[in-house]
Amino acid sequence: MSGERETAPGRAKDQAAEGVEDTRRGFLKGLTAAVVTLAPGVTLMAYPEGAAAARAPSDAVTSKVRWGLLIDVSKCPDGCTDCVTACNEENGLGPVTRPRTDAQWIRKVTVRDPSTGLKRSFPVMCQHCASPPCVDVCPTGASFKRADGIVLVDKHICIGCRYCMMACPYLARSFVHEPLQDQKPYAPRGKGTVESCTMCVHRVDDGRIPACVESCASSGKAMVFGDLNDPDSEISKIVRTYATSQIRADLGLDPGVRYQNL
Amino acid sequence: MTKTVYRRLRRPQTFFYLLVVLHVVVIGLGLSSAYHMEHNGHVVTGMNNHIVWGMPHVFAVFLIVAASGALNVASISSVFAKLDYKPFARLSGMLAVALLVGGLAVLVLDLGRPDRLIVAMTTYNFKSIFAWNIYLYIGFVAIIAAYLFTMMDRTAVRYNKPIAYLAFVWRLILTTGTGSIFGFLIAREAYDTALLAPLFIAGSFAYGLAFTVLVLITMCRSMNEKLMSDEVTGKFRNLLILFVLVVVYFTVVKHLTNLYATEHHGVEWFLLAGGGIYPAVFWFVQIGIGTVLPLILLTAKWDIEGEARFRLSVASILVLIGGVAQMYVIIIGGQAYPLDIFPGMEVSSSFGDGAVGWYVPSMPEILLGVMGVSIAMLMSGLAFMALRFLPQTDTTPDKTA
Amino acid sequence: MLGPASAQESARVPIPEPAKGRGEACVADTELMRRDHMNMLTHQRDDTVHDGIRTETFSLKGCIDCHAVDGPDARPVDISSPQHFCRTCHDYAAVKVDCFQCHASKPGEADKTAAAAPHDADVAALSDYLEGQGQ
Repeated sequence: MSGERETAPGRAKDQAAEGVEDTRRGFLKGLTAAVVTLAPGVTLMAYPEGAAAARAPSDAVTSKVRWGLLIDVSKCPDGCTDCVTACNEENGLGPVTRPRTDAQWIRKVTVRDPSTGLKRSFPVMCQHCASPPCVDVCPTGASFKRADGIVLVDKHICIGCRYCMMACPYLARSFVHEPLQDQKPYAPRGKGTVESCTMCVHRVDDGRIPACVESCASSGKAMVFGDLNDPDSEISKIVRTYATSQIRADLGLDPGVRYQNL
Repeated sequence: MTKTVYRRLRRPQTFFYLLVVLHVVVIGLGLSSAYHMEHNGHVVTGMNNHIVWGMPHVFAVFLIVAASGALNVASISSVFAKLDYKPFARLSGMLAVALLVGGLAVLVLDLGRPDRLIVAMTTYNFKSIFAWNIYLYIGFVAIIAAYLFTMMDRTAVRYNKPIAYLAFVWRLILTTGTGSIFGFLIAREAYDTALLAPLFIAGSFAYGLAFTVLVLITMCRSMNEKLMSDEVTGKFRNLLILFVLVVVYFTVVKHLTNLYATEHHGVEWFLLAGGGIYPAVFWFVQIGIGTVLPLILLTAKWDIEGEARFRLSVASILVLIGGVAQMYVIIIGGQAYPLDIFPGMEVSSSFGDGAVGWYVPSMPEILLGVMGVSIAMLMSGLAFMALRFLPQTDTTPDKTA
Repeated sequence: MLGPASAQESARVPIPEPAKGRGEACVADTELMRRDHMNMLTHQRDDTVHDGIRTETFSLKGCIDCHAVDGPDARPVDISSPQHFCRTCHDYAAVKVDCFQCHASKPGEADKTAAAAPHDADVAALSDYLEGQGQ
């Protein structure tokens, strides 16, 4: 392999040598650009609405941000499935025709207290835990948590063993049971790998909010997306002011998805 | 004590060739099934988003557990210096490797992306017990290969003792690791117990011995010779009784400790009484066919010499059936019980929250699982033909076989 | 696209003719692209998936958007067509490409702007990476 690369076109090497000057200049340019973008980045962090803090496309995500979701169960109407539809549309999941094997990244769960008869209906998706069991058990490291708290599957190294699905306490993951066609360019998915809610990572990286949250804004307004690490974000203010809960908090996984009035 | 002479399997009876053909056919069917599943996706199996591990895993885990147990005879002879078992040490080591390979083949061919096996071998997450197991399995094969070498090569014999100890310790770690695959799943109530590791070790003793006995008896028939003396047959019988009882003990303790905690009443009721197929498999197959029946067969009065061996082989087969049933109840039953996402609540959703998992195994996945057994048997059979694994202690031809 | 040597050979040997991209020039030199496009994609893939780095110069989506080939219906063809940009060469070289089991092989509906301009810094950083890998 290295042999081939050493004889790689001389032109490429020359180009690289020539490029040193350019690179330096480019690097400096990049630096100033970063500073410029950093400054509004800071002000953007102060934005109350769930708008994602601007990050240059060339910057890696950092743990300064922890993306979170807040779902106000009392505002989630019983029959409404707008968030589910929006997710399916956004990520190319299609309608569920085979409930046992079709993927569902987000689902409406109805919970009834048998002793009081109180009924609630609300969405459940990947809870984006701070200590995700799926990441612990994954033999290849395909299941991973991004620095900003989003739990993802690197489908390039997922071997489809499904141990993460065994480990997830929230039934949040689906296995792709059949060959797929016509995937969305920004949401690759394929047979033989495990997948789950990505918190619409492609939108978040683009400074937008997840599709479910966006759709909910025009129906129940039950969902808030934002940076849990930023004390000035709307989500931080709410979780600081009102009682919220995490599903199966007893497991100590610290999910990034919180529920209000559950 | 006579000196043991080892030899290859030469000019076996037709019976042996029939078995070879059978196993080749099963392996062919298993490989076609794997291709079918790989080509169409797991939609052609009974596995789904709730029961994510199915029949292939039942067989794979069963074989891997049995593999470490198959080494027992070798360990008893080397580590605990019981010379009666010494003639079978080589065979036991070889069988252990073959069972492990069979189990791993099934596990690998069931992956969603078996083409990425190289990724599993090169990219590790060391927090995962699964990743550790990959090392434990490879190490097991390597250590036993070395162990066999020290048994078979005159110059290496002085390393036999330390390698035997290493192999013994390694097999205990390996079964603990396999049991822990399930024990580490905090969210699944049926698995959330540290008792799974010792339960798997106890199971490995019983299944490994049952496989060893069956292979020995098959070899007797293939060679039309008596490889085991009546005394050894009696010892194997006693060991099998003991191991089956140990499995019963850990099974009882596991259920009793769970029954003590109110939060586990739901899952215990599901597995022991109300869960449909799972309690049925537990009581009728695992306990009835796989435990009570072999115990009766083994403890009843032994009189006719040939009948003793016949009973031992039938009991071994029953113990193996019980073992598969045990894995079925643990692996599939444990997943079928609904995840308790909202404790104390009644839950429903389009994704089957709160509902018992549905699972009916399809033919391809069963064939893939059974293929593992055939791989192990074929591999041992061929190894016995290639190298000197079989003992020759008693040359009187066996009339009853 | 093809070097002079290959042009001469084309008289005797059939040579693949991958479709030209829509932009002015590719993100890197043709020779480099031929030899290292898979490494560029792998490098970019790890950066994007794990670190959220979404520069467009070496993204697979960028390649697909720029090198889309229109079929008879004037819409971009997908990987099932032998005219697909990737397939023209990969079929010829008999190298299996499995990107498109998961990734879209044609531009998305709203996604035809593309044709990412080569970004000097990206190119330099990548050639550093490729050089380093060879050692």
